[in-house]
Amino acid sequence: MAPETLTFYAFGAIAVAASLLVIAQRNPIYSVLLLIASFGALSGLYVLLDAPFVAVIQIIVYAGAIMVLFLFVVMLLNAPHEDTDYDERVHPLLRPGPMRLGALLALVLAAELWWALTRSGDSGRFPAGAVASVRAIGQSLFTEYAFPFEVTSILILVAMVGAVLLARREGHG
Amino acid sequence: MVPLNYYLVLSAILFAIGTAGVFVRRNLITILLSVEIMLNAVNLTFVAFGRALGSADGQIIVFFVMTVAAAEAAVGLAIVIGLFRHRESLNPDSWTALKW
Repeated sequence: MAPETLTFYAFGAIAVAASLLVIAQRNPIYSVLLLIASFGALSGLYVLLDAPFVAVIQIIVYAGAIMVLFLFVVMLLNAPHEDTDYDERVHPLLRPGPMRLGALLALVLAAELWWALTRSGDSGRFPAGAVASVRAIGQSLFTEYAFPFEVTSILILVAMVGAVLLARREGHG
Repeated sequence: MVPLNYYLVLSAILFAIGTAGVFVRRNLITILLSVEIMLNAVNLTFVAFGRALGSADGQIIVFFVMTVAAAEAAVGLAIVIGLFRHRESLNPDSWTALKW
């Protein structure tokens, strides 16, 4: 097997295993840390896809900023466990309702994957040329996508004001 | 080079895990984390298709998705803090005032 295929399988296995553990953990702190591992593996996959810019901002923005925000809130709230007795006794993924729903979703996914993979004739080989340079992405971002880029800044501003307003203690004017 | 289909299958599996997390878990933080898993699965699809089409547009859309994810995380976590302050719980079933 080619080393690239092996790398793909390794990163894919880490991503899937870490994501599964994220939704299986009782303690949100472990969930957040495992999600960071999953994002690291996805970043490796982006490198395999000749997208180093996305790989780097995946680490810096996602693992570095958004996940730290999550971790900060988890520690601030200091409420690690789901709070009913039933949650303590029975693991959230092993209850009868979620078991049935999960089995159904898994069947749907398996059927869709089988349908999609048996239909396509070619195996989807990538073309040789890749747009890998940050220069090309920046050029496109500031010419063709200049307006969405500026709208993004307004979105961030609105989100910032909304977060401050929502998390503020009441009665402070 | 690993074929496109492999990336799409991996992305579908990750998206399914995220969906299961949103439906199954009863913890607001874990639900938000599951949404992040779903967003990342979609990002992987965008980058893989962008690579297959030989254009930079896929990576640019990933950039925008990450911006929206950051805004969503900030506002979502602010709402979680507000709810937790109201009633010391992270269980979404604790807030049913708007439920019909």
